[in-house]
Amino acid sequence: MKEAMLNVRGISKDFGGLKALNNVSFEVGEREVVGLIGPNGSGKTTLFEIINGFYLPSHGSVECCGQRITGLLPHEIARRGIGRTFQIVRLFPKLTVLENLLVAEQHLKGELLLHALLKLRHVEAEDRANKEKALKLLELVELGHKKNELAENLSYGQQKLLEIARALALEPRILLLDEPDAGLNPTIARKVFNVVKELKKEGKSVLMIEHDMETVMGLCDRVVVLDFGEKIAEGTPKEIQANEKVLEAYLGKVKK
Amino acid sequence: MWSEFFAVLPQLLMNGLIAGGIYSLIAIGYTMIYGILRFINFAYGEIAMVGAYAAYTAIVWLHWPLWAGVLAALAVCSLLGVAIDFVAYKPLRKANRLSSLITAIAVSLLLQNLVALFYGNEIKTFREGPVEQGMNFFGAFITPTQVTIIATAFLLMAGLYWFVAKTKLGKAIRATADDMELAKVVGIDSEKVIRTTFALGSGLAAAAGVLIALEQNIEPTMGVMPGIKAFTAAVVGGIGSIQGAMLGGMLIGLVENIGIWFLPSGYKDAIAFVVLIFFLMFKPKGLLGGKLEEDVRK
Amino acid sequence: MIDLLGMWPYFLHLLIYIGIYAILGMSLNLITGYTGLLNLGHAAFWGIGAYTSVLLVLAGIPWLLALVASAVLAGLAGLLIGFPSLNLRGDYFAVATLGFGEIIRSILINWSEVTRGPLGIPGIPRPEVMGFVFESNEAFLALVLALAFLTYVFLRRLTRSSFGRVLRAIREDEIAAQALGKDVNKYKLTAMGIGAGFAGIAGGLFAHYITFIDPTSFVLNESVLMLLIVVLGGMGSLEGSLVGAVALVLLPEPLRLIGANSDITWLKTGFAQVRMAVYALVLLLVIIRLPQGLLGEGRNRK
Repeated sequence: MKEAMLNVRGISKDFGGLKALNNVSFEVGEREVVGLIGPNGSGKTTLFEIINGFYLPSHGSVECCGQRITGLLPHEIARRGIGRTFQIVRLFPKLTVLENLLVAEQHLKGELLLHALLKLRHVEAEDRANKEKALKLLELVELGHKKNELAENLSYGQQKLLEIARALALEPRILLLDEPDAGLNPTIARKVFNVVKELKKEGKSVLMIEHDMETVMGLCDRVVVLDFGEKIAEGTPKEIQANEKVLEAYLGKVKK
Repeated sequence: MWSEFFAVLPQLLMNGLIAGGIYSLIAIGYTMIYGILRFINFAYGEIAMVGAYAAYTAIVWLHWPLWAGVLAALAVCSLLGVAIDFVAYKPLRKANRLSSLITAIAVSLLLQNLVALFYGNEIKTFREGPVEQGMNFFGAFITPTQVTIIATAFLLMAGLYWFVAKTKLGKAIRATADDMELAKVVGIDSEKVIRTTFALGSGLAAAAGVLIALEQNIEPTMGVMPGIKAFTAAVVGGIGSIQGAMLGGMLIGLVENIGIWFLPSGYKDAIAFVVLIFFLMFKPKGLLGGKLEEDVRK
Repeated sequence: MIDLLGMWPYFLHLLIYIGIYAILGMSLNLITGYTGLLNLGHAAFWGIGAYTSVLLVLAGIPWLLALVASAVLAGLAGLLIGFPSLNLRGDYFAVATLGFGEIIRSILINWSEVTRGPLGIPGIPRPEVMGFVFESNEAFLALVLALAFLTYVFLRRLTRSSFGRVLRAIREDEIAAQALGKDVNKYKLTAMGIGAGFAGIAGGLFAHYITFIDPTSFVLNESVLMLLIVVLGGMGSLEGSLVGAVALVLLPEPLRLIGANSDITWLKTGFAQVRMAVYALVLLLVIIRLPQGLLGEGRNRK
């Protein structure tokens, strides 16, 4: 039995009478890649915002490694080991590529006011170590040569990759990816795919929102399907593909 | 203390209503532009000031009658509003909203000082004749001029309300405020809507400036406080909502005139700021729920 | 022929102003340029610093101690204003700081038992440190430059550290910074406190230079001038703010000289207005044509 890294328990969310999520529960285990799929407006991103603490759920709670995180502030949740990317990339455009990663470092002494001012030797050593670590991550997403470029000068695909690398720099216990390959050309989408595959090999836990079934089939151990805020199915990608409810949810959309 | 207070309350209410009518007129401009462009056109107070000077020029220098002076002020300021948009805001439509706020402040400062250069810093007035006798109205004294101020303010607001609710252009304004992209898709010329809104808002501000000048002196800094208070009014009412701006203006006028009975008179201007900060913190969407984007954490 | 040597006192005066405005500009840059909080009430912190220092010195407290108190009190005011405004979106934060600035001005005017209200406080002594009085303007200039230099070194360290990197990240995208585990409010508050504290120091210098203060020195217009320094020099560049301070102080001076040496009466009588109009125009042009300022980020990077 794999230990649950992320445990979503009975999450509901109302927006002024509108039910965006209704009693959704599932787990993401250690070293597991779980796909979260569903038609547009089914509540996937809302669920991400709740896990991250940007929204508070109306009911239910989320646990990370057995500890309740619901009610914590977003930055506290991030420090508990939940990293994420956004559907529309949110980089720091006027910071360099390298700096974007360095912001994600945790427990930096150099971020403490006094240490920053005194510029102590151990802070410098810490800086060097972090830089090396960041450069390694940049190599992973093949952006090492762009390290001194401003993030805003990267192509959209490169920005998506950088955002993933930045989330990894947080050294998260679980990584939430919101449509990592949406809007990318096939070459870059392939790169993103390979990066996630690499993470999987390294034993990271990942929860990803994904539209492309081929990607889901290729990457995910398990799939959770949302429709109109309800979980309508959960299982291996193969089971999901054969699930009638799922087909209905998607085909119903197509008919419209 | 309370018996005294209730004795003067009718007068305080009346004074609040007069000031409130003026704030409401300026606030409508803030709220309409915020509704469409999501930025604070800080310069409306100064546009009101220019309106007062335009009327002064027409009435005192050119010896036009009062009504013609008012029309001149409306025309000058409507054009000025559109011109300011063209020079200072239009180039920044796609930039950070804070940029437009900064240029708006720069425009305020520019107008204030250009007017001071041209007309001089000394106070002016186009009022004449003996001091008016007030008449008793439910325990409050009100002069014919003050009746004119309240009546004009309400007439103009009713007119604007009708324009936005009933005319084609008014509907286009509402559609653009709702969703600019969608409005573009259905063929609404958003730049034309923006120009119209600036012209309308500036015209109302000009009217407010002339109304202020009917009771008080004209000077280059006369627009600063009414401008900021009108912005407060827009926030209190719920920025983006026209009814909210009207309601907020009245409330600010009343709160300030009643509050000052309890405080040293020097704090009169500070009351509006306290109200502003209170609303920004505890009820940023205002009384009638404006367009302010939601807080991230819900 | 212009008598350059005879103009030395005039240059000295300008240099002192440049030093004071440089401190104000750099400190505002920390708040607005680096952290992205548009602060329209910086003059209020300046005023709090000025009044604190003056009242303490007149009560017999040594100037240096009073200066520290100025920094602390202004810094606390920064925290006080920052704390409730933290969650406001950009333009609303700006308006809230403007409102706070006006409230503080109101207090300075109306709390006359302490501040003497609109009458102002005359006869403020020049700074005295361990028996040495900075009586001459040359000595005062040295003092101002030393403090401006210290401010620069302090803020440079701060902004070049990981701490400063987080401030810039918050300016760029608050939500992303939170998602990376940064306690955004703590950083914003620290920036407000430190920025306001340095404005307080500038106030403690300014008051003891002109030896008379009243509430009209610490108004919205002044906050806008400080913003002009930051915008003109470049958001997120301390060196830019130095350049901005020089430009701000020197910009209107040619007009003043022309006015003094000619018969253009409107330039003579209306110099204050011409000066402000020029500033407003420059601010407008820079925002539209040169949004990164003279030395702003994204200009001088490889």
